[in-house]
Amino acid sequence: MTVLEALPLAMLGALLGLDVVSFPQVMISRPIVAATVAGAFIGNPPAGLLIGVVLEMIALDTLPFGAARYPEWGSAGVVGGALFASQPSGMPGALPASVLAALLTASISGWSMVALRRLIASRLEKVRDQIEEGSRDALMSFHLSGMSMDLLRAALVTTFAMLIFHPLVKAIVAVWGSESASSRAVVVVVVAIVAGAALWKVFHSVRYVLWFLLAGLLVWTILLVGR
Amino acid sequence: MTASAESRFELPIRIKLAMFFRLLALQGSWNYETLNGTGIGFAIEPALGFLPGGRDGPAYRAALARQSRYFNTHPYLAGVAVGALSRAELDGVDPARIERFRTALPGPLGSVGDRLVWASWLPFCSLVALGVYGAGGSPLGVVGTFLLLYNAGHFALRAWALHIGLSRGLNVASALGNPVLRRGPQYIGCAAAFVAGIALPLALQRITGPGRALAGAIVATSLVGILVLAGLRERAEGWRIALGVLAVFVLYSVLT
Repeated sequence: MTVLEALPLAMLGALLGLDVVSFPQVMISRPIVAATVAGAFIGNPPAGLLIGVVLEMIALDTLPFGAARYPEWGSAGVVGGALFASQPSGMPGALPASVLAALLTASISGWSMVALRRLIASRLEKVRDQIEEGSRDALMSFHLSGMSMDLLRAALVTTFAMLIFHPLVKAIVAVWGSESASSRAVVVVVVAIVAGAALWKVFHSVRYVLWFLLAGLLVWTILLVGR
Repeated sequence: MTASAESRFELPIRIKLAMFFRLLALQGSWNYETLNGTGIGFAIEPALGFLPGGRDGPAYRAALARQSRYFNTHPYLAGVAVGALSRAELDGVDPARIERFRTALPGPLGSVGDRLVWASWLPFCSLVALGVYGAGGSPLGVVGTFLLLYNAGHFALRAWALHIGLSRGLNVASALGNPVLRRGPQYIGCAAAFVAGIALPLALQRITGPGRALAGAIVATSLVGILVLAGLRERAEGWRIALGVLAVFVLYSVLT
């Protein structure tokens, strides 16, 4: 993949990365959306949706509380969706390798957000006096440049991730040694554990929550038997 | 047109819309020094132009400087603060009182917003989308369901927040006792647990695909894993464990 080929995905990653914190936080950056849209960019939305669902379950573990540091799922969802959607169908290593690449991207992108926040703070030092004097221009320029830098950050993360992981995932899929069923099963077990534990951490203090969960499981069982 | 301490000035609709739109970009300059502070200044600025003297006046400059200082709140409920603070500035409230209000408000707003949105509404909407996927939903169906459901709540909350702030000014404390804010997390949590009971197994079934040879092993391993990881609570981050396990598995599958 060349930089030119990665450009449309970089623009998508930039827009969805911006949504995480800066603008407009309508959750188009959630992996279930980002990966599906990236899959559609590649021409394979169902593949994008599949990896998007996997990443969404993992993302339930990282809710964006306050100033906490968390992985950035907008760009990572785009990278994961594009990588998985661009692999030939039925390749057993495609899903685990693409999910791993997306998780690494989310981690690196989360770190880049921290670096950006520090950079914005250092820029604030330079314009603090003007803002303290009530300068509209200084405030507008400072705020809009913060958003622009976030857009650029997400574009760069997506571009580099695609340039590195696209050939790497392709190579991994080509030499994959595990069989198809067990490869898929490992991913399913991992996301089931992460999602289950994450939901328990979030909702365990809610009254009667276990009864509602059991009621849901009962409905699922009825659906299963009825099929 | 300017506001004075005596009149209760009503902002034009276009200014309210400008503030609402700017609130969507509240965290554009989020940083470790002022957190949301400069974002609050950015969002409140259209209203401050109605202070005596307009945008060139000393009242405007003093208010903009005051409102751009350190502030930390939940982005969806920031409208309460922006509305209340702009109301206070336009009503000519004593700056010392405004400063006290700016100090007191972030904690309750952040706490309520985190519980209602990040810990309730977002996971609930995710689970509903996972359920639609598990039930065989198309990419457009799953993504559309998630975005429409989530943003119905999101934009309603943002609109309510700005309206309450603008209409009540510094007397917004009672609004935070709204039943939706107080009991919402409890009800949404119960609904999310019910949906999780249906959606997670359905979605996992569809990811696994046809063939149930490993179904028993998957269910047993998952249940044990969930119990262990949930027991570790904040001492372990699930996504990092997922990253580690997948890295080892990919390495193993490449080398064998």
